[in-house]
Amino acid sequence: MIEFEDVTKRYPDGTVAVDNLSLRIPSNEITVFVGPSGCGKTTSLRMINRTIERTSGTISIDGEDINSKDAVTLRRGIGYVIQNAGLFPHKTVVENVATVPKLLGWDKRKAHSTAMELLERVGLDLKLAERYPAQLSGGQQQRVGVARALAADPLIMLMDEPFSAVDPVVRDQLQEELLRLQRDIGKTIVFVTHDIDEAIKLGDNIAVLRVGGKLAQFAPPSELLANPVDDFVEGFIGKDRGYRALTFVTADELPLADVPAELTVAADGSPVGWANGAAKLELVGATFQRGDSLRAALDAVLTSPVGKGVCVDETGKAVGVIDYGALTEALRP
Amino acid sequence: MTWIGDNWPMIWDQLREHLYLALIPMVLGLVISLPLGYVATRFSWLANPLVALGGVLYSLPSIALFIVLPAVLGTGILSPVNIIVALTIYAVSLLIRNVIDGLRSVPEDVLQAAVSVGYGTLRRVLTIDLPIAIPVIFAGLRVVTVANISMVSVGAIIGIGGLGELFTLGFQGGFLTPIVVGIIFSLALALICDVLLVGLQRLLTPWARAVAPVKEATV
Repeated sequence: MIEFEDVTKRYPDGTVAVDNLSLRIPSNEITVFVGPSGCGKTTSLRMINRTIERTSGTISIDGEDINSKDAVTLRRGIGYVIQNAGLFPHKTVVENVATVPKLLGWDKRKAHSTAMELLERVGLDLKLAERYPAQLSGGQQQRVGVARALAADPLIMLMDEPFSAVDPVVRDQLQEELLRLQRDIGKTIVFVTHDIDEAIKLGDNIAVLRVGGKLAQFAPPSELLANPVDDFVEGFIGKDRGYRALTFVTADELPLADVPAELTVAADGSPVGWANGAAKLELVGATFQRGDSLRAALDAVLTSPVGKGVCVDETGKAVGVIDYGALTEALRP
Repeated sequence: MTWIGDNWPMIWDQLREHLYLALIPMVLGLVISLPLGYVATRFSWLANPLVALGGVLYSLPSIALFIVLPAVLGTGILSPVNIIVALTIYAVSLLIRNVIDGLRSVPEDVLQAAVSVGYGTLRRVLTIDLPIAIPVIFAGLRVVTVANISMVSVGAIIGIGGLGELFTLGFQGGFLTPIVVGIIFSLALALICDVLLVGLQRLLTPWARAVAPVKEATV
C-alpha cells in the first residue's frame, strides 16, 4: 500500500501543484490518477519515487516512509514507464531491459536472461532484442519500456501517460496486454492519464484530480460512473456515463430465449445469419458471451438486423438470443 | 622525390613532432572541456558566457599567442610547451560549444528515465549522457584536429613547427620543393587523422547508424 498523507507540492514561485493530498493506494491493483492538465497528477506520481520532492506531508510504502532510504535505492525498487518510453538510444533493446538488474549488481548472464524473458512476456519478437530503440515502432518501444520497468521484479510500477503517444489501435492493444500482464504479475501499479476512457478501462481505482492539485473523488470506476460526487467529476467523466457504466455489469443474469428457427447456424453451431424472409441471409452482427458486460450484449442487439442479440458459448456455438424488450427490462435498475 | 629520400630522417622527425604538437592539445582540450561543459549544462547561466569566451579566445592571433605565452608561462621562447598551451586554448575554445551542445542533445525523457530507474549522477553522466553526446562532440573534435594540424606550422616562425619548418627552409633557401612537400604532408596528415577519428566515432556509436525502422509484423 502506498499512502499519501497531507502531501503538498508548492514551487518556489508559489504555484501549488498538489494541494494537501491524502490517499491510500491499495497493493496489487491498478490505481489511475486522472484529470485535466495542471491537476498535479504527474507531480503526484513522481513524488512517489522522489524525482520530485514534496514540500510537506508524508508518503509511505507499506508503512515505511519513502525518505527512510536514499532516493537512488528507492528508485531501483520501483519500476517506471514514461510517455515515448524514454529508452536509452545507445543501448540495444535487451541492454535497455537489463538496466536495473545491472545497476543492482546482478550477474551479467542472469541480467541478460531475465531481460530476454521479460521481452517475451511483453510480447516483443525476440529477433528485435539486439536492435536499437530507433529501429522500433512506437508501440514496440513502449513494450520495451514496460519490460525495463519490470526487469528487477519491483513491487510497484509507476506509469506516466505511457500509451498516449501511440495510435489508437496500438494503444488499445497495449492496454489489453497491460491488463493481461497484470493478471499474472499483480503489481501495485500507479497509472497517470488525462484520458478518462483509459482510466475506466484500466483502473481498479480512479483518483480524479482537479486543477490546482486537489483530489475530487477516489473510487472504483463503476462507483465513479454511478455516483460522481460533483459537477466537475460528472463533467470530466463525460456525457454517456450511463452507457459506459454497463461495462461493469455482466451479462450473466440476462434471460435468454432459445435460438429461433430463423437463425441459421453452421455445422459447429456458430451463427451464420438471419433468414428474414429475404432471399439472402442477413449477417448476425456482434455476438456476446456469458461473462461479457451488458455493454457487449447491448451492442449485439443494436448491431443485429432483426433486433436480437446472439449469445454464444466459448466454442462460438449459439446458445440463445435476447431482444430489445428483454434487454431494456434487464437494464432497469 | 629524391629530395624526400635524401631528407627523410629530417622529414620523419618533423612529421612526428607535428603530430605530437597537434594531438596532445586535442586530447588536453577534450579533457578540459568535458567537465567544463558538464558544469555549464548543470548551471545553464554559465553556458552562454563560456561559449562567448571561447569565441574571443579563438580569435586571438596564433602568432601573438606563441610570442606572448613564454612571458606569461615563464617558459623558454623555444619550448614546445608554448605551442601545446596555445593550441590547447584553441581546442577548448572550440570544443566547449560542442560539449555543451552534445550534452544538451540528450533527450529530456531519456534523462528522466535514467534518473527514475536509479542512476546516480556520476554514473548517469558517464554511461548515459556522454555516450549520447559523442556524435556532437566528435564533430568538434574533427574540426579541432584539422585546425591544430594546420596551426602547428605557424610555430615554425618561433622555431618549433613540425612540418612548418619545411616552409622556413624553402623560404630561406629560395627553392620550392620543401614547401610543396610540407604542404602535401600536412594535408595528408590532416586527412589521415580525420579518417581515423571518423572510424573511431563509428566504432563508439554503432547505434547512431541504426535508424532504419524495422518493418513491423506485430506492434
